Amino acid sequence: MYNSIVKFSLSIFFLLGVFITNDILAEVIHSERSLYRNILVEDKGDLRCLKFNVKSNKTRQSCFLKSQPQQLVFNYTKQLLTALLVNPEPKRILIIGLGGGTMSNTLHQLLPDSYIDNVEIDQSVINVARQYFGFLENDKIKTYSQDGRVFVKRAVLKKQAYDWIILDAFNGDYIPEHLMTTEFLEEIKSLLSAQGILTANTFSSSKLYGYESATYKAVFGDFYQVSNPDSSNRIILARNNGLVENLNEAQSTVKHSENITKLAAELLTIGVDVKKLYQNMKSTANHQNWSDDSPVLTDQFAPANLLNIDTD
Amino acid sequence: MQTSNKLINFSHIYIYFLAFTSGFSIMCIELLAGRILAPFFGSSVHIWGSIITVFMLSLSFGYLLGGKFSIHSASLTRYGLIFIVAGVTLLPIVTSSTWLMEGIFLAIEDSRYGSLLASTALFFIPTVILGMLSPYSVRLLVKNSNESGQVAGKLYFVSTLGSAIGTIITSFYLVMWFDINTIVVSVSLVLSILGIVTIVLSKANTSFYKAKAQRDISHV
Repeated sequence: MYNSIVKFSLSIFFLLGVFITNDILAEVIHSERSLYRNILVEDKGDLRCLKFNVKSNKTRQSCFLKSQPQQLVFNYTKQLLTALLVNPEPKRILIIGLGGGTMSNTLHQLLPDSYIDNVEIDQSVINVARQYFGFLENDKIKTYSQDGRVFVKRAVLKKQAYDWIILDAFNGDYIPEHLMTTEFLEEIKSLLSAQGILTANTFSSSKLYGYESATYKAVFGDFYQVSNPDSSNRIILARNNGLVENLNEAQSTVKHSENITKLAAELLTIGVDVKKLYQNMKSTANHQNWSDDSPVLTDQFAPANLLNIDTD
Repeated sequence: MQTSNKLINFSHIYIYFLAFTSGFSIMCIELLAGRILAPFFGSSVHIWGSIITVFMLSLSFGYLLGGKFSIHSASLTRYGLIFIVAGVTLLPIVTSSTWLMEGIFLAIEDSRYGSLLASTALFFIPTVILGMLSPYSVRLLVKNSNESGQVAGKLYFVSTLGSAIGTIITSFYLVMWFDINTIVVSVSLVLSILGIVTIVLSKANTSFYKAKAQRDISHV
């Protein structure tokens, strides 16, 4: 009798054990409800991810490998680095939308002399980045808990300039409406240095794709699109003083520059293949994949996220 | 006697309809306020704090003022006049919001107080005026104290229903179809036109009653 009870409890423990180990495969190590969203930090073996709102793969915002924090996990973060092929030595960098702070960390590692300003609306996200993602801050890397639009407006007033601005701000659905209008992009443009570049992480679908693209083109003229065949991400890469006319020529001069060779070697160590980046880079001057009559988004007319759910 | 009863019911329905429109307009503008402020003050949670505070505060003053205004010689004409004033005071949102917000943005660094001041400057007056309409409607509809509770209940129902519909229509559809300024101007026009129609109707009504009274007298 006693024996069978022991056996029974052992089997219960065994069953429980199975469930628990299953759970450990994707373990939520931190969750909180911030003013703006639900924040989840999830560990899956070596991979740690920051997720917003729901526990699904679609909402992964930022991931890193705990054993190799420098490796870039997401394709889009690799795609963002295409900017370095156009402007290899940005001295001042602005990142709008922090996530886990992995982009800031990587850039600091690649460009230790550059100044990086991070802007994030949600203080809780900043805290989580610091606590769980090894987000590094020092006298070169600063963080501002502020709305991106307000930060940019103030920075323009203070006559500041950045060599590289990275737009990576997302709310529950998509990029907040007021960060997708011509007025906002004009402000961004006036915040760029003469050689400055903008990269924006986008993944719009349906009608919004055309509106969004037309808006960027209205402000910056033609731009590069860096897309990845495996994902719906598209990086918009725009230059303050327009694109060089011949991409191939520009690429070959860049390829032979010493800086780029050094950079390519460095990028390879964090899992980024420069050749691949070049291949996926296309100028809208000859590859425009939206219709010319797409309306632009403005502060007056910004139904952005409504367009993204509208499927006709 | 029967005709006059019918007329009264008809004018009651019209007043309820107007109360519905004022509820609709208030929430339509409140929803757009978020969009109007965003370019200067962002979309942090305190922006909605500023907007809702200003709207609640101005509605509360509006109720007080509307009640006071309804004590002496309440009439449909005056009621219509409030609509016209509400429509006109909405127009600065279209004409002056940019330079106003620019000035406030420059003067105040903290976006909490900046947005509070900006939403006060833009929305306080029109919302006070729109708030006046509710108690004034009660005054026009209540004929005896027994029915006052029921009339007030119906009025809250209609105007709050208008608010709900104004919120959903604006946020789901209007912002997708029109510019913000177009929507604000339309609301302003609708309120002003309704005000004018109300005044015309009330004049027509009184002259009709005058004529009727004279006819009755002459028949006697």
